[in-house]
Amino acid sequence: MKKSLVLLTTLLALSASIFATGATESNATEEVYFLNFKPEVAEIYTNEVAPAFEAETGIKLKVVTAASGSYAQTLKSEMAKRNPPSIFQTNGPIGLAADKSNAMPLTDTKFYSILGDKSLALQVEGQPAAIPYAVEGYGIIYNAAIMNKYFNLSSKKTRVNSIEEINTFATLKAVTEDMQAQKSKLGIDGVFASTSMSAGNDWRWQTHLLNMPLWAEFADIEGYDSIVEAGLTLSNSTFKYGDNFKALFDLYLDNSTVVSTLIGAKSVDDSMAEFALGRCAMVQNGNWGAGQILGVNGNTVNPSDIKFMPLYMGLDNEESQGLCIGTENYLCINNKVSDIDKTNADKFLYWLFSSDTGKKIVQDKLGFITPFNTFKENEMPSDPLGKDVVKWMNKDGVNSVPWAFAAIPSQELKNSLGADLLRYAQNQMSWNTLSNNFVKNWASEYKIAQEN
Amino acid sequence: MQKALKKYFALFALPGLICFAIAFFIPMIMGIVLSFCKFTDVTNATWAGLNNYKLMFMNAEFINALWFTVKFTIMSVITINIISFILALLLTQDIPGTNTYRTILFMPNLIGGIVLGWIWQVILNGYLLKYQVTLVTDPRYGFWGLVVLMNWQNVGYMMIIYIAGIINIPKELIEASQIDGANRRTMLFHVTLPSIMPSITICSFLTLTNGFKLFDQNLALTNGGPGKSTEMVALNIFNTFYGRVGFEGVGQAKAVIFTIIVATLALTQLHLTRRKEVEA
Repeated sequence: MKKSLVLLTTLLALSASIFATGATESNATEEVYFLNFKPEVAEIYTNEVAPAFEAETGIKLKVVTAASGSYAQTLKSEMAKRNPPSIFQTNGPIGLAADKSNAMPLTDTKFYSILGDKSLALQVEGQPAAIPYAVEGYGIIYNAAIMNKYFNLSSKKTRVNSIEEINTFATLKAVTEDMQAQKSKLGIDGVFASTSMSAGNDWRWQTHLLNMPLWAEFADIEGYDSIVEAGLTLSNSTFKYGDNFKALFDLYLDNSTVVSTLIGAKSVDDSMAEFALGRCAMVQNGNWGAGQILGVNGNTVNPSDIKFMPLYMGLDNEESQGLCIGTENYLCINNKVSDIDKTNADKFLYWLFSSDTGKKIVQDKLGFITPFNTFKENEMPSDPLGKDVVKWMNKDGVNSVPWAFAAIPSQELKNSLGADLLRYAQNQMSWNTLSNNFVKNWASEYKIAQEN
Repeated sequence: MQKALKKYFALFALPGLICFAIAFFIPMIMGIVLSFCKFTDVTNATWAGLNNYKLMFMNAEFINALWFTVKFTIMSVITINIISFILALLLTQDIPGTNTYRTILFMPNLIGGIVLGWIWQVILNGYLLKYQVTLVTDPRYGFWGLVVLMNWQNVGYMMIIYIAGIINIPKELIEASQIDGANRRTMLFHVTLPSIMPSITICSFLTLTNGFKLFDQNLALTNGGPGKSTEMVALNIFNTFYGRVGFEGVGQAKAVIFTIIVATLALTQLHLTRRKEVEA
């Protein structure tokens, strides 16, 4: 009895001392806590950025990555903890409005000083509070090898002979449908990768594709310099260009690798894998997907064959339409952490985007096209899609489409559109109902957003 | 002894009371208060009156979730209890290897809900692929998928409780009824069932509350899809709280309503089945 009592107390004392040392240890070194938004580069942060930063400055970097589609949730619970993140991300004016009390004014930071075009920063009460760190572009990614195979096909029914000739929806549709009809000759399962619709994987449609009709609708509002600013004033959307959306969305569904009843279980990863394995010729996505394509096991696509084309859907003057280029990646420094943590956070961001080591990782591994004046012309990303975005940005006679979706009143609106799109694809909802729902939801969500 | 107990009662009860207060009582009061507030995290709440409760019924989403949950719970309570009771009857006969069967049937209960959800998603989607549909093509598939999953996970556990009940029926009672000439059917309905009423109380209570509270299986199997048509109340509360900026209070209000509903139902059920319990 006595023996076991002694043993028990020793054990207790031991475990207490373990906890005690644990507590002192975590306070001993300085640490920057960064809540990362991009799961696709999470490993690069932990394996490359953190060790390099610690080696050069002695400050630890703790990176936590939120699962796809759950950043807002993770941020909310992390913010309520005793050690909240020092650096967090916001997705644009709407996201920042929700977190404005947490975002510290960045006027005097070194991070703000390297931002090339100061107007890109988002402001809270006249002070810059969120700084974009990566400009991104998306459109339809195509496999040039498969396209060329089609252009050289003797049984081809269209007169299109090169990818440059596809610059309208009509041509795209004709080529797609002919390719789909001859898919066995091209060795593919379908022209477009599956229209991924599983939970959290519908953003390519309810946000990115939706950008096109919204941009056209916002552009009709007169008296604003910026599309997003115009969009933010729109209390009632009529979904005026919804039919254009439908045209391209239908094209994706009807000429896909899978039948529409299966898309509810498909993820973006599935779609990117289909593209990487050469089972389809096109997939709608952005330059962040380059790593995903090249990282798939058994990938058959040659990096030099991965190219972009704009989202043609029959809008006016689409011959001069470019890729959708913009950003929803803004970094903020948390107002609620200690001054030391704030300084360290600034130090880290400045280091990442201005030191030689940091810039090298950004350029080669993270693949960000950055808006900072510390990057020279030849220091742009080396991945095929990043390069193609830069090419499209600078193409003569082509105007990039801005990211108008930043003005969508709420995430809820996008989610309900995503759910409706799935029902539409499965023939459980008519396009008319979908369109009416969108108009109705826009009005009610706009009202709620204004009241908040 | 009595005196000492009285003297030290407060001291010995204190740790338990403190734990109860910290882990249960204070959060519950906070939760109720927060349901009347507007907040983004627990530190910045401002009073909002009944606004959250109004916004809750802004659309039919919550009612739909509640209705789906009720349907699911009814179905799972019936199927789980019937199947587990039949298994318990079978495995209390003189069959060789009953213990092995009991163990095997109990095992699914040891696997966590999320993992089960993913595994069953793969199994069911793999099967449905034959018909070119998936679990989220139609809400009916998701509903039955959840029922199957719940049964698979819970039948073993409930079976053990029933087995314990059946084994504990006094031998004299069985012998007496046999001497009185009771056949198997009469035995079942007039001896076995009344004697295991306490087990039935427990099992129906557990299945009822499990059905209502179901979260991880729902999240992993369908995540509410298509749309929100297979979203149960717990998942709906979670999505409202975390998925919509500015709707934290609404999620909290839903949770309060949900607690009231589950508590009322569970207490009614306990009361009803307890009344039928008999002294052997």
